[in-house]
Amino acid sequence: MKELLVGTKKGLFVLRGEGPGAFEIATRAFAGDVVEYAMRDPRSGRYFASVTSGFYGPRLMWTEDPAGEWQHAPTLSMPADTEATLERIWVIRVGEVPDQLWAGVDPAALFESRDGGLTWELNRGLWDQPTRSAWDPGNGGLCLHSIATWPGEPQRLSLGISAVGTWHTADGGATWDHRVNGLVPRYVPEDLRDTTTAHCVHNLWRAPLNPERLFMQFHGGVYRSDDGGTNWIDIAKGLPSDFGFPIVGDPADPDSAFIIPMNADVDRVTVDGQVRVYETRDAGSTWTARSQGLPVRDAYLTVLREAFDRDGEGASLGLWFGATSGEVFGSLDAGESWFTAASRLAPVMSVRVA
Amino acid sequence: MPTVTLRAPLKDLAGGNHRLDLAGATVGEVLRTLEASWPKTTGWILDERGEVRRHVNVFVNGERVGAAAVVTPGDQLHVLPSITGGTEA
Repeated sequence: MKELLVGTKKGLFVLRGEGPGAFEIATRAFAGDVVEYAMRDPRSGRYFASVTSGFYGPRLMWTEDPAGEWQHAPTLSMPADTEATLERIWVIRVGEVPDQLWAGVDPAALFESRDGGLTWELNRGLWDQPTRSAWDPGNGGLCLHSIATWPGEPQRLSLGISAVGTWHTADGGATWDHRVNGLVPRYVPEDLRDTTTAHCVHNLWRAPLNPERLFMQFHGGVYRSDDGGTNWIDIAKGLPSDFGFPIVGDPADPDSAFIIPMNADVDRVTVDGQVRVYETRDAGSTWTARSQGLPVRDAYLTVLREAFDRDGEGASLGLWFGATSGEVFGSLDAGESWFTAASRLAPVMSVRVA
Repeated sequence: MPTVTLRAPLKDLAGGNHRLDLAGATVGEVLRTLEASWPKTTGWILDERGEVRRHVNVFVNGERVGAAAVVTPGDQLHVLPSITGGTEA
């Protein structure tokens, strides 16, 4: 039995099923509120949901039973001395040491928990970056959305911020390096591209078996780094479009990545009215469209940044994504074939395998 | 003390209390007293800077006010969601 946590504009849906075929809605929580992101920490079994009320603001909620009562984690908020307010909690990631969790939020801040997500502390090394006052938000805000841990090395961490590029630490977050070499921000005039700080990273995936390798979906561009983010190589050749939001990979194959191209920043829907997942198994040299079982006619879907996830690896890799049209699709065979796990949900903001 | 009137979901977070008498000389102080008495309300009405959230309205004796507004014993505070707040959802 698989469990999918689907954050939507109208609450959290917990889907359960075996697949292929429709999953059942086991639970709906936070009706009426936007659930931007939800995940389960497999170590503790604890569920987390980023919930934003249109009236009462954003908050991190947690529970051990998504059908039961949820608790607020109030320390995931901006400390008073920052004179900032929490706008949105974008992502929660499991850390590399027991009970460690990371949270990325708007306004471009990183929080760390050392007690399994019950209490949180702002990472001051990133918050106090001297260039911060010059940071520009993307369309979705000044969002820290990508947190890529380094397997077995808890001191090393990579971040993606829209629109402030990638940031890397090797000392547990005390200091950070800003790395954007090779990224081409086409939305900036050519004569400003070398000096701009506006690098709109959309999502990062680190290959666990080769942690120096990162894949990136950029705001117009798909890139790979083989040196921990120091240099970025354009790997978009062969794709129908280089615009999109999420990117994931197969943990068993460091040459793999999966993306879902959309037309362009001015037209954020699947290309040619076809829903296709593009797969590379040679680190971006070639791409293969995977669409068996997906809508490939008159289908103009938008798949958001956190709405694509995986479970398993190798031949049993599972892939799962949702769209703002309210559909959730799944594959149990590494993208060879797909099925509809849910339809007619509210607009999907995030999908995570519990 | 001023009297604060709450609706769901704030009422539920305040132990099911529809009306509460809470100490404070300003709207912000009264709402901080609410948070201290009922911690589950923390962050729902006031943001981290102590301001009333953009899509929440606080009325004192029928007049919409901010966190700095002075209140006196017997004043009636009503906390209501703004009609604009649903746009994000």
